[in-house]
Parts: sequence; C-alpha cells; structure tokens
Amino acid sequence: MMIPLPLFVAVPLAVAFIVPLFGQKTKSAATVLANVATACLLILAIYIMRTGQSGIYRVGQWSIPIGINLVLDGLSGLMLLTISIVSFAAMLFSIRYMEQYTAKPKFLSLFLLMVAGMNGVVLSGDIFNLFVFLEIASISSYALVGFGCEHEELEASFKYMVLGSVASMFILFGVGLVYGMTGTLNLAYISKTIQLAGLNNGLYFALAMFIVGFGLKAALVPFHAWLPDAHPSAPAPISAMLSGVLIKALGVYALVRVIFNVFGVSIPIGWILITLGVLSMVIGVFLAVGQWDFKRLLAYHSISQMGYVVLGVGIGAVVLAQGKDPAWASLAILGGLFHLMNHSVFKSLLFLTSGSIEIATGTRQLKQLGGLAEKMPVTRTMCTIASAAIAGIPPFNGFWSKLLIVLAAVKAQFYGLAAVTVLVSLVTLISFLKVQRYIFLGDLPDNLKEVKESKGSMAWSMGVLAGLCVVMGILLLWEPLREQILTPAVQVLVDNVYSSKIIAMP
Amino acid sequence: MKGMTLIVKTISSWVKMLVFLFGIYIILFGHITPGGGFAGGVILACSYVLIMLAFGRDYTEENLSLKLASKLDCTGALLFIAIALVGFMYGGFSFFYNFIQQEYLAGKETAFKLISAGTIPLSNIAIGLKVGASLFLVLLMLSAFRPSDSSEKEN
Repeated sequence: MMIPLPLFVAVPLAVAFIVPLFGQKTKSAATVLANVATACLLILAIYIMRTGQSGIYRVGQWSIPIGINLVLDGLSGLMLLTISIVSFAAMLFSIRYMEQYTAKPKFLSLFLLMVAGMNGVVLSGDIFNLFVFLEIASISSYALVGFGCEHEELEASFKYMVLGSVASMFILFGVGLVYGMTGTLNLAYISKTIQLAGLNNGLYFALAMFIVGFGLKAALVPFHAWLPDAHPSAPAPISAMLSGVLIKALGVYALVRVIFNVFGVSIPIGWILITLGVLSMVIGVFLAVGQWDFKRLLAYHSISQMGYVVLGVGIGAVVLAQGKDPAWASLAILGGLFHLMNHSVFKSLLFLTSGSIEIATGTRQLKQLGGLAEKMPVTRTMCTIASAAIAGIPPFNGFWSKLLIVLAAVKAQFYGLAAVTVLVSLVTLISFLKVQRYIFLGDLPDNLKEVKESKGSMAWSMGVLAGLCVVMGILLLWEPLREQILTPAVQVLVDNVYSSKIIAMP
Repeated sequence: MKGMTLIVKTISSWVKMLVFLFGIYIILFGHITPGGGFAGGVILACSYVLIMLAFGRDYTEENLSLKLASKLDCTGALLFIAIALVGFMYGGFSFFYNFIQQEYLAGKETAFKLISAGTIPLSNIAIGLKVGASLFLVLLMLSAFRPSDSSEKEN
C-alpha cells in the first residue's frame, strides 16, 4: 500500500494542536498521545523504507508546476527515517525528563511542530514550501531553546533567533531571485530551466545566498556562532533533536538538495563545500577540546562532525564535476550521508546522557563531576558506547562512515584531506577520553554521594539509541540493507535524474 | 482609574463591535473580495487591542480569558487540518482536496456568490479563528511584561 506522504506532516501537526488542549491534570494523556504520534511516524518511515516506496504526491490533485508537490526519493526517505528515529527516542526520553519543567503540554506541542516542519522540509518538492517548513521548524526551535526561561537560556534563544532569522532572510532572498530568473518555484522545473539555459549572474548570486543561508542553519564554521550557545541551553531531549536532526534537515539536506539536484555540481562549488567542511571539522574540534561544560563540548563536536558530512559530499561533488570515476564520488557521498545518519544517532545519545547526568547531579560542569561510574552504570555504558562511536572506534557506527570518507578521499587523490580527517578523529578521541575521565572516573565529590541512576523511559530511550550505535554498521556491511536504505539516497545525488523523473510524471 | 479617559472608553465601546463585525465580514467574504482568513483574523484581534488600550489588560482578560483564547487558537488550527484531511475520503488520498467544489458544486453557477469555492471559505474561517486568537494572545503576552526592572536600574 502506498502511504500518502502528507501524513508525515499532518500527523505531527494535528497532534501538536490537540496536545495543548490538555490541562495540567491530564498531561499524562497528552504525553501518551505525543509518544504515540512519534511512534506512528517511526513505523510509517520504516514501512516506507521496507517497501522501497518512492513517488511524487500532488497536493489537492493540482498538476505539477501549478500546485504543490511532495517528493519521496531515496534521500528524503533516509532523512525521514533519521528524523523519526531521533524524535521517537527524544520523545520517549522527555516523558520523565520534562517532569521538572512546568507547561509540559506546550513543550510537546512545540516538539511536534518542529518534527512536522522537518518532515516537510525533506519531503517538499517546491522551494518556497521548503522555506515555509524550514521556518516552522526554526521558529519552534527558537521557542524550545528558551524553554527553561532562565536568563542564560533566553539570551541563547535570542541570539539563535537573530542569526536564524538572518539565515531565513538569505534563503528567502535566494528563493525570490530564483523565482525571478527562472519563473518557477518547483525544484524540478528550476533544475530543468538551469540545464537548458545555464547559470547567469543572478542565479550564481542566489546560489551564494543559499550556501550562506543553509550554511547558517547547518552551523558550518564561518556561520557557527549561534550553535554553542543554543544547543546547550535547550532541555536535553531538545538538544538531542537540534544537534541530531535539525541542523541536518534544515541545513545539510537542503544545501545538498539545492546544489546537487537543482543547480548542478561544478568544481568551484565542490571546493566551497570541501573548504566549509574542513574548516568546520578542524576549528570545531579544537574549540571542543578546551570546553569544561559537557553540553557545550558536545555542541562544538556537532560542528566538527557536520564538517565530515559536508566534506564527504564535497569530495563527491568535485569528483563528479571533474568527470572522474563516479564510483569514487558515490563512495564519498555514501560516506557523507552515512555519517549524517550515524551522527544523528550517537550525538542525540550523547545529549540524552548529558541530560541524564544533569538531572541526577544538577550540574554539567566536568570539573564538578567525577566517579559516577558506579553510581550510574547504565548512563555510563551508554555514554561510553556513544563516545566510542563518535571517536570512530570499530565496530561502532562512526568508524564505518569515517572509514568511507577517508577511503574516498584517498581514492580521489586528496591525500591531505584524508590526513586531516584522521587527525580530527584523533582529537575527537582525546576530548571524549577527557569526558569519560572527568565524569565517570576519578573521585566522587561529597555532594554527589546520593546520586540516583535514571530509570524508566530515560534509560529505555538511551538503550534504543545505544543499540543502534552498535549495530548500524550492518547498514553498510550487509548488502540487502545497504541497497535498501543507503544506495538509493546516494543515487539521487550522483545520477541527477531528479528533474526528469518529476517532469515525466503524467 | 484603569485605562484611558472616559471619552476614549465611550468611543471604544461603540467602535469595538463595528471592528469585530468588519473582521467577520472580511473572513466570510474572503474568497470573493480582497481579504481572507489572515486579514480578518488580524482585524478581530484589533478589536480586542482597542479594548485593551481603552480599558486596560485586566478588563480584557475578563472578557476573553487566556485559556479560552488558547483553546480557540488550537481549534482553529485543528479545523484547518481536519478540512485538509477530509479530502482523504474522496478517492486517491488527496490532501487539501477541494471536495465540496469537485463533488457537490461542480457545474453549478456559483461565481461571485457567498456559497462558492468549496472548502476555501471554511478554511478561511479556520484561519481567521487561529490568527485572531493567536494574535490576541501575542499582544496579551507582550502587555504582560512591565519595564519596571530596567527603569529601577536607571534610577
């Protein structure tokens, strides 16, 4: 059976508006409802990946260049699956975690709005709708970052809002320019026009606007200033969502979609991506090593790991544009996309463990913690698994994607880039050894003698993600699964048949 | 005395209903004249802003409480999604399918009449409710913050 694609937007949106109708007394019902919604989305996403469904959905039965259309292809499917997994785990985690805040139904509502926005971004086949959904997701995330309403959180939220709005402005101007130059907003038709008439100066300017706008949303290095404030200030499940999927769906996915499927790759653009990627990797990781706030350290690592994704995709773009063997381009892009998926799993797990530690001890300063290994064995195990995954230790998932990126860089004869990738991975390892040392080993401070381990939904959701960290290497190694999940996503970017597929639709 | 002078209060109490009615008119005729759900919703919220300016915040909250406004807000959004989802029942799972126009009004002379354009007037009503209630809430929240802290520091 074909799943109607609007359900991915309609279900979270509808539940987001039902949930605030529940009051304080019935908030457990609201929690259950919100969890059912994210679980439904996860089931739908898995079903779509299993049946290999792909297709174009015309909203309101309007024909394609006139009406809005939703497109599901390999890349959208991969993103939908990632978003569903992380939102399911984060929602499960917030059942217990969010009890410490008032106004839980409002939190659930904003959370689901953000999910609806992200699902819309990855499904939209229309650049203006992409912008609209991007704004839905961004605006709810501004509110969620400041959800605690403390001084620091509001300040971070304001900073995030200003920079996020600047990014949205850039994207909107880009959309306007593209519409002026090509006369259409449909991604496929823009792509067709560009293929026929080529890029002119206006379109180059629009592309620059998109790179800056989506780069700001993805927090790539020259545009990263908001992220280290915003992500630590949010409640832990929201940090997991922001670092896990928001910067990917809004930033990297949109950037990659616009560059590969709409504007077409060229050597300078590929090098811009590589430069952004390397800068993010190196600067992000060196900023991270010196941090003493656990969540802030994780936030800087998000910047660094996004660099890997963009680097992988950028190498693919350069190889494609140079006309070398497309197999190496596929390998690089496969590495990038696989790392995107892996990063969303292990980084959201790390943020959830940070929430678990914070709720138990009341602090997230590494120097005030220590010796928690015996007190919090579950959290400790999860945190160690996630740290091993992010540092790229086999057999955890991070290793495989980093290996792919290094291999692709070597095969494409970018030896320097391969060396930088390995070096950054080493520095990541150092900083996570520091995390392990200061939180779980060493002496237990006196004020933490009574610490209790987190139980119930928090432990379960961390367990789900930790299990995924261990087994996700299978996605790459076992061929049927790879053909089902990863290869279609890579083909969307490498083959560039996006526009012809949609325009050929009756 | 809370609020503004007697003159302002008297005039506002005359004008508020007219503004409110005008908002409803803009919403209901949104599909055949300029305007629509958003514009009408803003005008609805404006009538409450008028009351808020003339009579003060507490009086407004007695008139339309925060809870009720929040519920209206959610109802508006839910109605809009419900209208979109009803299209699923008419063949081929089409979201936002204009089922009234296609199934019931097809072929009829409805141009420039109030009952025309299928689901669009219904969606306008839903949007009007949503925009009116949420803009009212925004303004109520903005009026809740008093700059007392900062002025004390300056002194």
